[in-house]
Amino acid sequence: MATTETFYEVMRRQGVTRRSFLKFCSLTAASLGLAPGVTGQIVQAMETKPRTPVIWLHGLECTCCSESFIRSAHPLVSDVVLSMISLDYDDTIMASAGHQAEAILDEIRTKYKGNYILAVEGNAPLNQDGMSCFIGGRPFVEQLREMATDCQAVIAWGSCASWGCVQAAHPNPTQATPIHKLIHDKPIIKVPGCPPIAEVMTGVITYMLTFDRIPELDRQGRPKMFYGQRIHDKCYRRPHFDAGQFVEDWDDEGARKGYCLYKMGCKGPTTYNACSTVRWNNGVSFPIQSGHGCIGCSEDGFWDKGGFYDHVTDTRVFGIEANADKVGIAAAGTVGAAIAAHATVSAIQRSKQKNQNNARHEENDKA
Amino acid sequence: MYTGVPTVKQTAVYVYQAPVRIWHWVTALSITILAITGYLIGSPLPTLPGEASDHYLMGYIRFFHFAAAYIFIVGFLFRIYWAFVGNSYSRQLFSLPFWRRRFWSELAHELRWYAFLEKEPRKYIGHNPLAHLFMVVIITVGGLVMIVTGLALYSEQSGLGSWQDELFGWVIPFVGQSQDVRMWHHWGMWIIVVFVMLHVYTAIREDIMSRQSLISTMISGWRMFKDDRP
Repeated sequence: MATTETFYEVMRRQGVTRRSFLKFCSLTAASLGLAPGVTGQIVQAMETKPRTPVIWLHGLECTCCSESFIRSAHPLVSDVVLSMISLDYDDTIMASAGHQAEAILDEIRTKYKGNYILAVEGNAPLNQDGMSCFIGGRPFVEQLREMATDCQAVIAWGSCASWGCVQAAHPNPTQATPIHKLIHDKPIIKVPGCPPIAEVMTGVITYMLTFDRIPELDRQGRPKMFYGQRIHDKCYRRPHFDAGQFVEDWDDEGARKGYCLYKMGCKGPTTYNACSTVRWNNGVSFPIQSGHGCIGCSEDGFWDKGGFYDHVTDTRVFGIEANADKVGIAAAGTVGAAIAAHATVSAIQRSKQKNQNNARHEENDKA
Repeated sequence: MYTGVPTVKQTAVYVYQAPVRIWHWVTALSITILAITGYLIGSPLPTLPGEASDHYLMGYIRFFHFAAAYIFIVGFLFRIYWAFVGNSYSRQLFSLPFWRRRFWSELAHELRWYAFLEKEPRKYIGHNPLAHLFMVVIITVGGLVMIVTGLALYSEQSGLGSWQDELFGWVIPFVGQSQDVRMWHHWGMWIIVVFVMLHVYTAIREDIMSRQSLISTMISGWRMFKDDRP
């Protein structure tokens, strides 16, 4: 394990020319939203800094984060990216297995105490004593807690590690629990998405390694540079939204013309992610560009927020699922009918009383 | 002896000061606009033909929603101020005699009056207990919830670091996520719509059937009583 190599040395060893290296640095600076002058800083950091070890743990997950990560187009191609971060442990793609592999964890933990980054893909199930996710003969939650004690910071890859995702969806039988509810004494960087965008993942990790600090995070612990705005805010179909031009039905004229997918339940207005700017697969496209609404995969509990194809979604309260509009219209109708009935009874009551009064008055008159 | 001449003397008390009356009607108008435009934001009108650059329908609907919302908010803040400087009736909206036994017994009486179990209602210079309870819960608490959730949603477009975000951005993770805040804001609209229906009906009904004036009071400020009995 040559952990004293710098990024630059690794890249050169991988056959990357200096020209490409400099291009990579400026692209990285641009993708992180930094000033052009910062490129020099990145170059310098990459040339001089020893690589920080990264431990990549896999809990309850589907590996889509890893799949996304290895497809990062810029910064550079996958193998360079993988060498760049000195990925010392990643049970999905590493060659070693069994005790040999697990020994690496102990080695890193003691050798780089407080200096390695813990990247976690997936989360830990707590029910059934954590038996639903078993790694190296013990529950994943133990491995996670152990590795977290001596790490510098934790990166929560994807919606699983950040929020819980599908395995934590109602009723969450295994009690799948996201990282921030398990680790409380380390900075946690949430990189949600199912999966997160490849360039967002490499961008976050590059930022941390180059500047030796975690990126600026929002209230919920997501890097502001990628999760500071909603899909809706930068969506290329936004003018159709403002104009009031919507896809009303799949395959209608609006769908062909690329109108706004709001009425088809697009969750762009409620989803914080960089899809509409960075896009996917080397910037080729993203869901909305392909004609399908955003399903809000980087948002907390997106599986339990009602239909992917409704804008006004069901609200789950006390175990009852109800739609605000349906209940609201029914309530207004019922109350309206009740008012009409009450008014009728009131009128009858009043005329009765009047008659009685008149009768009484007449009697008084007679007397 | 009945002579046909009304023997009832009408007495009057000045209840709603001019600023309260103006606030009432401004708020009524803003709530109406907010409910209509809010519904249309949730369920937009049918698609318009032509180029996107020809229209700005959704933009205008949202503009009216936000404009009415700010009027509602400014009115709400003013109303809080007026509770301090106005007469004692102006404080009813912000205080509920929750621990006073008499409040609840009178509330029960008012409910019985609406259930046709009482021959006549009691007289109140300010709100009757039932109205008082509804005003505090729906207008004060409900209004506050709508303002807070509304500004939290507004902060999503004004962006990180805006004052809406600094002051109300915390609401979104507190409630869950953006979609949850939207749905609760939407539920709030329906609760207010139902309240407005009841409010208008009871105001008209009380104006006719109770022993005091209701609708004209919110116009002139004077509460008129139709009889001299306690």
